Amino acid sequence: MIPQIPVTTLEAASDLLAEAIDSAGPEKEALFLAKLALALAAHLDDNAVLGTAVAAALADL
Amino acid sequence: MVHCPDTSPRPSTFYDYRVHPFRAPDELRGGAERHSVAIVGAGPTGLLTAIGLAQHGVHSVVLAQDVQVSHGSRAAVLVRRSMEILQRRGVVDPFAGKGLPWSGGRSFYRGQEVYRMTMPHEEGQRHPPATNVQQQYIEEFLSDVAEREPLIDLRWGSRVTSFEQDGEEARLGVDTPEGAYMLRASYAVAADGGRSDLRRMLGLRMEGRAYSGRFVIADIRIDLPLPTERLCYFDPDWNPGNNVLVHRMPDSLWRIDFRLPDDETPEQALEPELLRQRIELTLRMVGHPLPWTLDWATVYSASALTLPRYVHGRLAFVGDAAHLLPIFGVRGANTGIQDSDNLAWKLAYVLRGLGGPGLLESYSDERVEAVREICEEAGKSTRFMTPPSRGYRLMRDAALSFTLSEAFTKDLLHWRTARPHDYRTSLLNSDPAADAAFTSGPRFGAPVPDIRLADGSHLLDHLGPDFHLICFGDGDTQGMGDLLKAARRSRIPLRVLLLRREGTPPATGYDAQVEDTGSNVADRFGALPGTAYLVRPDGHVCARWLRPEPAALKQALAVACAAQE
Ligand SMILES: Cc1cc2nc3c(=O)[nH]c(=O)nc-3n(C[C@H](O)[C@H](O)[C@H](O)COP(=O)(O)OP(=O)(O)OC[C@H]3O[C@@H](n4cnc5c(N)ncnc54)[C@H](O)[C@@H]3O)c2cc1C
Repeated sequence: MIPQIPVTTLEAASDLLAEAIDSAGPEKEALFLAKLALALAAHLDDNAVLGTAVAAALADL
Repeated sequence: MVHCPDTSPRPSTFYDYRVHPFRAPDELRGGAERHSVAIVGAGPTGLLTAIGLAQHGVHSVVLAQDVQVSHGSRAAVLVRRSMEILQRRGVVDPFAGKGLPWSGGRSFYRGQEVYRMTMPHEEGQRHPPATNVQQQYIEEFLSDVAEREPLIDLRWGSRVTSFEQDGEEARLGVDTPEGAYMLRASYAVAADGGRSDLRRMLGLRMEGRAYSGRFVIADIRIDLPLPTERLCYFDPDWNPGNNVLVHRMPDSLWRIDFRLPDDETPEQALEPELLRQRIELTLRMVGHPLPWTLDWATVYSASALTLPRYVHGRLAFVGDAAHLLPIFGVRGANTGIQDSDNLAWKLAYVLRGLGGPGLLESYSDERVEAVREICEEAGKSTRFMTPPSRGYRLMRDAALSFTLSEAFTKDLLHWRTARPHDYRTSLLNSDPAADAAFTSGPRFGAPVPDIRLADGSHLLDHLGPDFHLICFGDGDTQGMGDLLKAARRSRIPLRVLLLRREGTPPATGYDAQVEDTGSNVADRFGALPGTAYLVRPDGHVCARWLRPEPAALKQALAVACAAQE
């Protein structure tokens, strides 16, 4: 399960990501998201947690 | 059938191909002698196996389908371990003389240098981490030695077309310019390269994976004012998403290696005008658009494939016949050279009645394990150099993109080079408890390091082709007398080398001794006075004891030869 965080924090994060995806543009959005995931993986430094996030994100695409 | 090898010298801008004469062997005049070993293929692996066998006093016949050496520069980088093996075969000099030593490389992304790597090199190490020399020279130097060696019968223009074996011998059908004959041998070695005919004749399948990307290798002659190093360009303007490698070889020959766009065929890629344009673009990217001529170009793809077993009855597979490895990290010839180093003494010991049948099986066990590890490692580099899917490509591009502004992904650009394998799990090793009692030094399975000694010689200079017991201490060290007696009585030839404590007088009873000035070697081996290392003919440790017992030595030697004492 992905942890629940305060909705205001999640909302701000979501907006930040939305604007970043838009500024990357459709050509580069995949590259941007890949870079972002790699940077977050480094911050996280925990591939078990990363694995649960990956599995959760892959569900119901 | 009559086999007609091409007798016109291959074209080359830098190499004068010598055409070797076919000489009709005894078999064509009715001879039917059974030879000790028949080696199929005179590439680097087959030739070095023959030279290794000769060092152990074993005669071999080498069958080479061609009458000249390799077409193209092919395997062009020898790593330090390969040079050490060539040194121990007594053939390293021309390699060191001709080859270009190097130790590092630089990687570029979007015109910026984003990664720099230097391969480890310690003060006093005899050979550089890498030496560039074209495969033509590798084969020339080794075949020159083979031609001079009375224990090697090198037969040019002899193509093996059939193989059969029983409990007694192997029989090979050989086609030559003067007709066919049958060659009988106690053992055979398949060193017939990546498209191995013997592999096909036995119906053997390789395991592993082939990667989809295709690469061009183009060798050009040009005087570039650049040092010997590995240059890697990711995603250059002229080849978006792909990469280009540039290597310097002797004789002003430079190798350019780049990945093709996925939808391009090898024929299209080798089309002269397109190739010319791409070479021009590469030279401009390197910063030196100077005049050049093309020597050789080919297309290849990367695989990481191995036979699951290398020994099939009386036949042993070595080199590319046994495995196909990606050339990133220079695995091709270097892995074959280590195969031959492992096989030669074992085959010789079996033929001389010193080793049990398990010894040949251990060649297979040890090398298959080593090659599986190489496939695993090389697979990682290959996935970075030639991403096999969109996902891998995206993550590779993400890592590259970060290299321009952040440091955390840079180590993903590390190119893993071939390194000597530790035969850690080998059945030839003894006494794990005694091994574990050491706090440093080469563990059992590991190769003995080629440490420089105070007199300017190196440790491996003192190790011949037999088993060695390396002892530490002096003439008075307790317990050494009994150990020496056990060594004398050993059925398996064993030389005892004393690394004598500094300042002590020469001791008696040893086969060789050198003063260990400043305890340099003892410290590196974690040795106390009385410590002993048992070293195999290929220079790998198979047992070590802080306090050895004669019975343990005897037992360990038997285990290392898979012999029942
Ligand atoms: C086009 C190409 C490019 C390469 N580039 C690189 C590189 O850049 N870096 C790298 O590390 N490696 C490279 N390699 C791989 C490298 O050349 C091999 O790993 C290395 O040569 C292996 O040596 P080998 O002795 O096992 O096989 P080979 O060198 O292939 O030798 C096999 C020999 O057996 C002979 N033979 C085959 N069948 C028969 C038969 N039936 N009877 C008698 N003789 C026979 C062949 O003529 C050949 O001489 C390349 C290979 C090729 C083909």
